[in-house]
Amino acid sequence: MIRLEKRPSPSRAWTAATPVLAVALTMVAGGVLFAMLGKDPVAAIRIIFWDPLFNEQFASYSRPQLLVKAGPLILIAIGLSLGFRAGIWNIGAEGQYIIGALAGAGVALAFYPLEAWFVFPLMVIAGGLGGWAWAMIPAILKTRFRTNEILVSLLLVYVAEQILAAMALGTMRNPEGGGFPGSRNLQQYPAAANTELIANSGMHWGVVAAFVSVIAAYVLLNRHMLGFQIRLTGQSPRAARFAGVNPNGLIVFCLGASGALAGLAGLFEVSGPAGQVSIDFNQGYGFTAIIVAFLGRLNPVGILLAGLLMALTYIGGELAQFMLNLPAAAIQAFQGMLLFFLLGLDVLTNYRLRWGKREIA
Amino acid sequence: MTALLKVEGLTKAYPGVVANDHVSFEIAEGEVHALLGENGAGKSTLVKMIYGLVQPDSGRMTLRGAPYAPPEPSAARRAGVAMVFQHFSLFDALSVAENIALGMETPPPMRRLAGQIREVSETYGLPLNPDRLVGDLSAGERQRVEIIRCLLQDPRVLIMDEPTSVLTPQEVDILFATLRKLAAEGTAILYISHKLEEIRALCDRATILRLGRVVESCTPHEKTAAELAEMMVGAKLATPSRAGSAPGAPVLEVSGLSLPSANPFGTSLRDITFTVRAGEILGIGGVAGNGQDELLDAISGEAPVAPDTVRLHGQAIGALGPSLRRRIAVLAAPEERLGHAAAPDMSLTENAMLTAAIRQGLATRGFLKWPAARAFAEKVIDAFDVRTPGPGNAARSLSGGNLQKFVIGREVLQRPEVLVVNQPTWGVDASAAASIRQSLLDLAEAGTAVVVISQDLDELMEISDRFAALNEGRLSAPRPAKGLSLEEIGLMMGGAHGMEVAHVAE
Repeated sequence: MIRLEKRPSPSRAWTAATPVLAVALTMVAGGVLFAMLGKDPVAAIRIIFWDPLFNEQFASYSRPQLLVKAGPLILIAIGLSLGFRAGIWNIGAEGQYIIGALAGAGVALAFYPLEAWFVFPLMVIAGGLGGWAWAMIPAILKTRFRTNEILVSLLLVYVAEQILAAMALGTMRNPEGGGFPGSRNLQQYPAAANTELIANSGMHWGVVAAFVSVIAAYVLLNRHMLGFQIRLTGQSPRAARFAGVNPNGLIVFCLGASGALAGLAGLFEVSGPAGQVSIDFNQGYGFTAIIVAFLGRLNPVGILLAGLLMALTYIGGELAQFMLNLPAAAIQAFQGMLLFFLLGLDVLTNYRLRWGKREIA
Repeated sequence: MTALLKVEGLTKAYPGVVANDHVSFEIAEGEVHALLGENGAGKSTLVKMIYGLVQPDSGRMTLRGAPYAPPEPSAARRAGVAMVFQHFSLFDALSVAENIALGMETPPPMRRLAGQIREVSETYGLPLNPDRLVGDLSAGERQRVEIIRCLLQDPRVLIMDEPTSVLTPQEVDILFATLRKLAAEGTAILYISHKLEEIRALCDRATILRLGRVVESCTPHEKTAAELAEMMVGAKLATPSRAGSAPGAPVLEVSGLSLPSANPFGTSLRDITFTVRAGEILGIGGVAGNGQDELLDAISGEAPVAPDTVRLHGQAIGALGPSLRRRIAVLAAPEERLGHAAAPDMSLTENAMLTAAIRQGLATRGFLKWPAARAFAEKVIDAFDVRTPGPGNAARSLSGGNLQKFVIGREVLQRPEVLVVNQPTWGVDASAAASIRQSLLDLAEAGTAVVVISQDLDELMEISDRFAALNEGRLSAPRPAKGLSLEEIGLMMGGAHGMEVAHVAE
């Protein structure tokens, strides 16, 4: 019988090896799936993982998309990972993302059509504050009344969606839009537009912010007392209290930071790739980022790679649907396999496999 | 006397260690037989094999002349072997009778069971009301629940694992009377302990284990406790010593400290008052669960209390949290090593950071100095002889004794003005325990006010200047430790918890 034996210390070699092994296993299992659907497995895998980046015909469109999609995922996931490390579960990043976008867009629309250098910086501040404020609701309820932050933050997503609809249809509707829902297009308002910084790279201020957040989170977790306290609280809450960690302060910080980063992601999206506040502005980045955070093992560098990988499977998946007529469900199953193998193999970093008879020690 | 249980050549190996190496001994009917040995000597593995929890690699056992090889504990119980564990498996929110019924394969109707419990408890002088909630019982009473659970099976062999570690001296007397009566009726008792005086008083024979082997077999009351200890350890033990100097000015003053319990089965502290002087060790005894954890939390700052109930050099510090108390050199080492004093999955370097960041200057403006933390961890490892490959190893990879040396050393090396330790040598082998005690004595010698909370009375008598006992959240008035009799200590600990009237039926 196979049995798991806890390692005395987590294995460094396996921490690095499991993601590679998981991607390899996904390719094998996914190939079997695609073959059973009657498609060429090698071609399908190549289209998903290779063509979006290196195919001459498609890469000019899909390569910039990689950063456009990965940017908000990474930015949000970095914020979430701080709380998740400490056992503080912000599930409502989608709502904070919406409110951040509305706050930032609100600033832009209020100044329209003023052309001044300070409009965009003000929007950035407003976007971060909007997300932060929305996350403060579960934070204050939790510290004051011990409510469950998972439920409160999740339900606030639906409230945020209603506010978004009300704004798109009412307050923020473009007066020159012929009555269609949706705000003015911020891409056409130069002082507020979050434009591509390098042509055809997909790089915009949101992607820059994502990279900065990766570095900042890395420094925070490894070199700063606050990050140490976050890790300590997640691993051993009683030892954290003994070490002098203030649990309520940590809750406010973690929820606030993740809310602010989600709000920033929303602001950069609304002023950049999306361009306007519309009813269906949010596309689930806030939820997908939860997966990205865990896929990256709640480690900043891991999240950077996981965000890029996740974006790649989305873009490659769309390409495969289009090129090979693969059903959308098959692509989702393929993405599911990737998650399954990544998270399932993680057990090997803390446990080793043993073959033999079980016994009670 | 004929052998009731005979163990021949039992061997059990785990990866990297031979826990039992050809262990042989036998117990006769009506014999109280002691198993003696340090932690890791193989006592637990041996009784687990007898109780069917672990299967031996080789060797054989015979019970009443018939081959005996229980594949699981229920088979052992059917054969007449019962065991009382050191750690109880009882549900706080259920009554005594319900708890006992849960452990039976075919429990009788509740009313009949209650009657049986009363009958057994009267016969053996173990007073126990079957209707009471276990959560309301003292540790000694909980142990009675476990013992009665075993006695209801009418066992031929009763195994007791460290039964007296949770008892007051008076409760120990009651337990011994019960065990002697059981032995007189022909039950064989296998008694595991490292309390040598108890073994000398109670046991007919002793088998001494060291590193998995039987090293000696003797009649305990013919040996001195020191001789028994040397057989266990295999070497002469250094007794902790101190120069002995007059204590200085009061450092830590606790007055009228009360702290309501955080959970329904915890213990509230009530009106605790004591003073510790510079260079003095105050020993606080008492049975586990009488407020020890809460008292440590109140002094370490984990549980903030009214400001003026805790004072350092006259300054009110009751409202300060752990970090601020560390800044003024009030340090603590909690009982639970993994998960409280140390984070199990973090390295020793990170665990050094956990309490030493402030006093050792391991952080500047919040930014951590890992090389300095590593150096401090290495200093603790060197100074306290912590056996580990290096400070990068996770805390959980260390043995209990080595981690305890690290946890104590980490605080001692931070030059505390006040140090509170809870159970400093619990589960630690004799030589490590001796070095920990010596380090506490040295610390007091250097002028620190030390509070040692422990359940080990021998330990407290050895190192304390004054002694007080915690009982149900109240602290007795501290008295000079020199000259205190076991009887007086027992009364300070709450006597037999209202059971003085109980007598073993003759």
